[in-house]
Amino acid sequence: MAPILELRSLRAFYGQSEVVHGIDVTVEEGGMTVLLGANGAGKTTTLRALCGMVRRDGEILFAGEALHRRSTEEIASLGVGHVPEGRGTFVGLTVEENLRLGGYTKPGRAPEAIERMYGYFPILAQRRRQQAGALSGGEQQMLAIARALMMAPRLLVLDEPSFGLAPRVVESIFSIVERIRRDKHVSVLLVEQNASLALELADHAYLIETGYVVASGSAKSLADDPQIRRSYLGY
Amino acid sequence: MDKRPAALETLAGAPATAATASRWRWLGIFALVLLAAALPFALSNYHVFELTMVMIYAIAVLGLNILTGYNGQISLGHGGFFAVGAYTAAILMHRYGAPYWLTLPPAALIGFALGVLFGLPALRFEGPYLALVTLAMALATPQLLKYFDTWTGGQQGINLVKPVPPPGLGLGRDRWLYYLVFVVLLLAIRIAANMLHGRTGRAWVAIRDHPIAAAAMGIDTARYKTLAFGTSTLFTAVAGALAAIVVGYVSPEGYSIFLSVSFLVGSAVGGIATIGGAIVGGFFIQFVPNLANDISDAAPWAIYGLAMLLFMYTMPRGVVGTLEPWVARLYSSRKTPLLQTADRLPKEG
Amino acid sequence: MHLMHQFLQQIFSGLAAGSIYASLALALVMIYRATDLVNFAQGEMAMFSTYIAWTLVNAGLPFWLAFFITLVVSFLGGMIIERVLIRPVENAPVLAAVVVTIGLLLIFNSVAGWIYSYTVQDFPSPFPDRPVFGALMTTRDLGVIGFTLVMLVLLFAFFRYTPIGLAMRAAAQNPASARLCGIRVGRMLAIGWGLAAMIGATAGVMVAPVLFLDPNMMGGVLIYAFAGALLGGITSPIGAVVGGLIVGITENLVGTYLIASQLKLTVAFALIILVLVFRPNGLFGTAIVRRV
Repeated sequence: MAPILELRSLRAFYGQSEVVHGIDVTVEEGGMTVLLGANGAGKTTTLRALCGMVRRDGEILFAGEALHRRSTEEIASLGVGHVPEGRGTFVGLTVEENLRLGGYTKPGRAPEAIERMYGYFPILAQRRRQQAGALSGGEQQMLAIARALMMAPRLLVLDEPSFGLAPRVVESIFSIVERIRRDKHVSVLLVEQNASLALELADHAYLIETGYVVASGSAKSLADDPQIRRSYLGY
Repeated sequence: MDKRPAALETLAGAPATAATASRWRWLGIFALVLLAAALPFALSNYHVFELTMVMIYAIAVLGLNILTGYNGQISLGHGGFFAVGAYTAAILMHRYGAPYWLTLPPAALIGFALGVLFGLPALRFEGPYLALVTLAMALATPQLLKYFDTWTGGQQGINLVKPVPPPGLGLGRDRWLYYLVFVVLLLAIRIAANMLHGRTGRAWVAIRDHPIAAAAMGIDTARYKTLAFGTSTLFTAVAGALAAIVVGYVSPEGYSIFLSVSFLVGSAVGGIATIGGAIVGGFFIQFVPNLANDISDAAPWAIYGLAMLLFMYTMPRGVVGTLEPWVARLYSSRKTPLLQTADRLPKEG
Repeated sequence: MHLMHQFLQQIFSGLAAGSIYASLALALVMIYRATDLVNFAQGEMAMFSTYIAWTLVNAGLPFWLAFFITLVVSFLGGMIIERVLIRPVENAPVLAAVVVTIGLLLIFNSVAGWIYSYTVQDFPSPFPDRPVFGALMTTRDLGVIGFTLVMLVLLFAFFRYTPIGLAMRAAAQNPASARLCGIRVGRMLAIGWGLAAMIGATAGVMVAPVLFLDPNMMGGVLIYAFAGALLGGITSPIGAVVGGLIVGITENLVGTYLIASQLKLTVAFALIILVLVFRPNGLFGTAIVRRV
């Protein structure tokens, strides 16, 4: 399977400080890759670098297109759906308006796409006219994911989707994501602190520490690694 | 306003590191003071008068810098406080025959009192709201000055007797006034520097950059903000009094909204969180309008406006604000990153 | 009875003036929401647009055609100004941006004076000036109020129901997330400035017949519009309209009933600030959010 995303010697900067020091990450087409690591390791920064939200250096190849000189808007239009840390929903707008914005780059397909999202996330249909800011954490996360899916992305980028959510909510969200992944052949790049859950779902995993990749391989091999089990899985 | 912490370097003006750097700095300042003291003897009376006005505007802008730069509150009304100082001096001299130098303390006091009075309600207002409240002050001033004409001489204004220099010094009037203002300027800079480098200054910066954290640390935000207002208006009022004395004439027309705008522009061009910037600002206010007129007498204010734009594009932190970190870097042994009073944070949700 | 009649008259002409303040206030709020800036040059831009309309009318074009062309030119002008003159300072310290807009104010004013001179000119009104409803108001006042209402409804519909309007709202609220949706935030800002310039042009054209056209025409209007926008809440479009109307009425009443008419501006502002003391974020405004 050809990779849909390749990061080569990617460096990322916050202001003057370099926080990601030349990492290589690959996401296979149709697969799910997870970036694991502690707080501040540089996982979120990597995702932001991918989408042009921070200063970066190195190569970013997405389905054959070079992304490292492109703006965030262009990258989104090319088919990268990014669900940022903290969800990034438009809290002042309604649920339906949020979804319509997700479909901004594909206006013709929007009405059916919205109905499809309501199919995957029925709770959103119930709340379609409510302000997004009034939704619970879990509902906002679903909204954020639905919004990213509205643009029919080839790559879905999820930054800490489980953050601040109860385990049951997290489970239901991830099962929907799995379902969508299989239905639509969307590739997924995931950043998660919840290592055990992530390793269950993902195909490949990378372990990042202070801006370097310290381990990589199939999710199963990382889950079986005793060092990683001790440090990140707690057993 | 700006929300990231500023390096002590940028504010205090002296790098926190090497003693050599600050020695050079003191030498530089000393040389400048000497130069300024010697200048009047090399220039014509008119030029001396112009430089005196530069210094007066510098004191006024210094007042504004204290408020805007260190406290993060934008004022569109400092022309009004300038007028208060000017008219205080004028009325004391004209109606009560007070000697000119005796008008400075009352002007300072009234300026301070008004500032505190203003500062108290102004505590409630942020950003554009505060701008509006101060704008009201600037707009009300000419109207009130014209209205209370028994005191202020109304539209005609007040003509003042020009001061007589003390005998035996061999100084003409213009040169004498230059030195008077010079001494006041040095005093003002000294007071400002002491406040800004000390506890008060740190509290002001804390309130500006992290108001919630500052309050959580126990800083009495209300008191310091009010103090900032009062100090700021004190400086500007004294400048106004000096202007009345030096020019010898006050009238409502001279204190329009445009004066407030000039101060703000001078402050921005010089560098709002700096002391040296006030002097640059003084030069800008005094000379750029005339230069603009020379360049184009058909549309001089367009040239002035263009100058404003060019300065802001090339040096958004003002001349001193932009140059200072670089100078500090030159003398610093370590390569400290250029932390600066910040750009605005990106908006998120 | 006569007193009542006079009072109502002042209310209605205050509403007409207020409509103009409301329009300019709305332009100010739009720009503030998008770029966190008060555009102090809004009034002078509007004045310049009005001169363009005047030039076209003098060249023989029918009023509404001249008006339409002026709107288009203003829209483009507003976009260009944002893209070229404002963008460099959008992320700079606030004061730098304030100084830039004030600089623009001076440039527009001075250039207008240079091109068109400071001689006061007549400007035609599309609405005849006849008293109506027992001399309670004039047809011109009605025309101004009505036209402003139509414009407001169109704007509201634009932002509520069109995809671009939605994208602009999103870009103003959360530029980062808007980019992730593929929205070109920079372009949205430029369009916002274009629309604001168009609204300003409308205000200028409505006010010129009354105040007569000269480069300093919009100075007072800007000050009252600014006050109105803040009174209503600088983040609220509805607030801008309500604030503008209230300021218009207040100005008129103070002007009529205040003995010391030279203090009209002072008193009007004092009243507005009094209200703000009790509502420091304006009547409809939300507090400027502080991030810890």
